Amino acid sequence: MLLLLTTSLIAAALAAFVLTPPTIARLRARRQRRVVAAPQPFDPGRERRAEQRARQLLRSCVNDAEWAMYRDLGFIRVDGRRLPDSPVDEGAPAPYAYLIYPHKPIVAYVPEDGRLLSEYCVEFPDLTGGGRTRLPASDDVLAKWMAITSDEARVIGRANMHLVGRQHDPGHVRRDIWRLSEWERLGAGDVGARAA
Amino acid sequence: MKPGHGEVLLAEGDLDVREDEQLLIEEFRRQLDEGMWAAAPTERPGSGRREAQMVRDFADIPADAQRVIFFPRASGG
Repeated sequence: MLLLLTTSLIAAALAAFVLTPPTIARLRARRQRRVVAAPQPFDPGRERRAEQRARQLLRSCVNDAEWAMYRDLGFIRVDGRRLPDSPVDEGAPAPYAYLIYPHKPIVAYVPEDGRLLSEYCVEFPDLTGGGRTRLPASDDVLAKWMAITSDEARVIGRANMHLVGRQHDPGHVRRDIWRLSEWERLGAGDVGARAA
Repeated sequence: MKPGHGEVLLAEGDLDVREDEQLLIEEFRRQLDEGMWAAAPTERPGSGRREAQMVRDFADIPADAQRVIFFPRASGG
């Protein structure tokens, strides 16, 4: 069966790269026209469909509990890196964790006491549209999730760090942490507890 | 990304077919040349916990990865 293994390359929310030369030519023409043409009007239906696809992709990548968290609360918590000398216990609380919000800075906090540490402002700017467009909300969350879980130091190193309060309302974040604890206490994050 | 798209399939193929593999490699390199980051969703051995693995070279893609996702590189907001 391994011989039949297929590998796909997917651009998360990167629509401007297509394979065939005719399509590339069309894209170039469109790009040239854009110099004089008015920007595409906002289309809520198109945005909604993009977000639906982004949610499907996010769901297929993250852990079931993380998906349920995002679906119910609107953010995902990801544990921070464990220190080299910390016990290798998957069940033990991480020394710090991140809250990943769509199109808002990542918030670092201490799960043990809920203390807010800092917010990391990071963006994934559109490389093809002159920076005028941005990822759908769920793609933004997925990009942050992939960056944090794969190379935490690199993404944090690129982010602008501030005390919580620059873009996030600290009271709102504390309320989210409380909501998260209640959500977990009620077992809402149990896998398969509820349908999506 | 352009609004209205979400993810876009860039290329797919069977790694055991030489033409497919070449197509995947070329597309992979093109995306990285465009300045994208590439990550492969994986599962941690043992716990089965999902996470992502950044890949900078086609040869670094985990053997069990079914897909590679390209996304714009992070910058300070």
